Amino acid sequence: MMDSSVGGVAVILLAAILTNNILLSKFLGMCSFIAISRDLRTAWGMGVAVTLVTFTTALLNYGIYYGVLVKDAPLCGADLTYLTFLVLIMVIAGFVQLVEMVIERFSPVLYYKLGIFLPLITVNCAILGVNLLMIDSDRQFNLVQTAAYALGSGMGWLLAICLMAGLRKRLEYADVPKPLQGLGITLLITGLMAMAFMGFAGMVDI
Amino acid sequence: MANCSIGCTCNKLIKPVSNGIGSENPVLCHALGVCSALAVTGFVSTTLVMGGALLFVASMSTLAVSLLRNVIPHRVRLIAQMLIISMLVILVHLFLKAYFYDMSRALGPYVGLIITNCLILGRCESYAVRNTPVMSFLDGLGSAIGYALVLLVISLIREPLGNGTLLGYAVMPQGFMPIGLVRAAPGAFLAMGIVAWVVKAIWPDLHSAGHEGAH
Repeated sequence: MMDSSVGGVAVILLAAILTNNILLSKFLGMCSFIAISRDLRTAWGMGVAVTLVTFTTALLNYGIYYGVLVKDAPLCGADLTYLTFLVLIMVIAGFVQLVEMVIERFSPVLYYKLGIFLPLITVNCAILGVNLLMIDSDRQFNLVQTAAYALGSGMGWLLAICLMAGLRKRLEYADVPKPLQGLGITLLITGLMAMAFMGFAGMVDI
Repeated sequence: MANCSIGCTCNKLIKPVSNGIGSENPVLCHALGVCSALAVTGFVSTTLVMGGALLFVASMSTLAVSLLRNVIPHRVRLIAQMLIISMLVILVHLFLKAYFYDMSRALGPYVGLIITNCLILGRCESYAVRNTPVMSFLDGLGSAIGYALVLLVISLIREPLGNGTLLGYAVMPQGFMPIGLVRAAPGAFLAMGIVAWVVKAIWPDLHSAGHEGAH
């Protein structure tokens, strides 16, 4: 159990960004991390979109999970937790679709900037991962802690993909052995980054 | 990977399976399903369970998507595919929870994350929506076997080095100190990077990977 004072919430936020980075310690969101980390600008766009969607869907799903799905929930007494996966992914997919439609209608400029990322976000496992981890029975997060955890995880992913985009830019001028190009070198660099992030271990933890 | 050359001469039923294992290997050629490939490979036992779960979900979902390919309207096909996949994952999750509770705890959220394993959606979207059920089933099966084999190789490196054991039995010589780093997150990235490197050094004509990962 965590304390929900301001300090406790700050600890969760920091831990989610640095020590328990969703990508470098939980391996989530690797597919889009590998595919979209070649250019800093697109990496930033993708990162912001992921952070926004993670934060919002985590709050929505928190309400649905504790309001409807769990046993003796206020809105439905029956134990519906076996539907958890289905509900979580449908909320994420539906929310992404909705955001896409709203942005397309009201801000075409933003739509062209973020538009290509939005469909990819539905299958970004970082988002479903945060949603699954926050309802983990070992943690018992409350609403504020969930918000901090979701925001921190999204920002952690944003940080990791932007760092990677910066490193890959340098890599263009490096003479990488042919068999190592692509997946191999990306994974090796990520491994080194994860090692660097291990230096934060012990500072804060959740 | 060696099945690549066999696949060319065998009949067309073997082809989708051997493609998935060899020349079109989802993990090494298309960088699909990397997340779980890194997360569960610390131990051989978790890797085997994950491989089995993915085998079931991938083959059944490609079969179902292919059977329904003329019924599902094009616009809502992604949501429909997600629904089919999450149903199958729920079955796997409940099965593990009921009969292998410790394994279910060890895999944690990664069972649920099979839903967003891009390998499955990738095969549904790029193959099953326009091929016959039998071929789609074999295609899903082949991709899942290819995925499971890569994971198995990584876990066979990581468990002995990181924990000194293989399937729970001590295999390393007396006095061997398990390397904590191999068991931790960086070890997963490095081990998989090295596996990708070695495989491509030996079979250079594999599809160029990483640059076009679909999701």
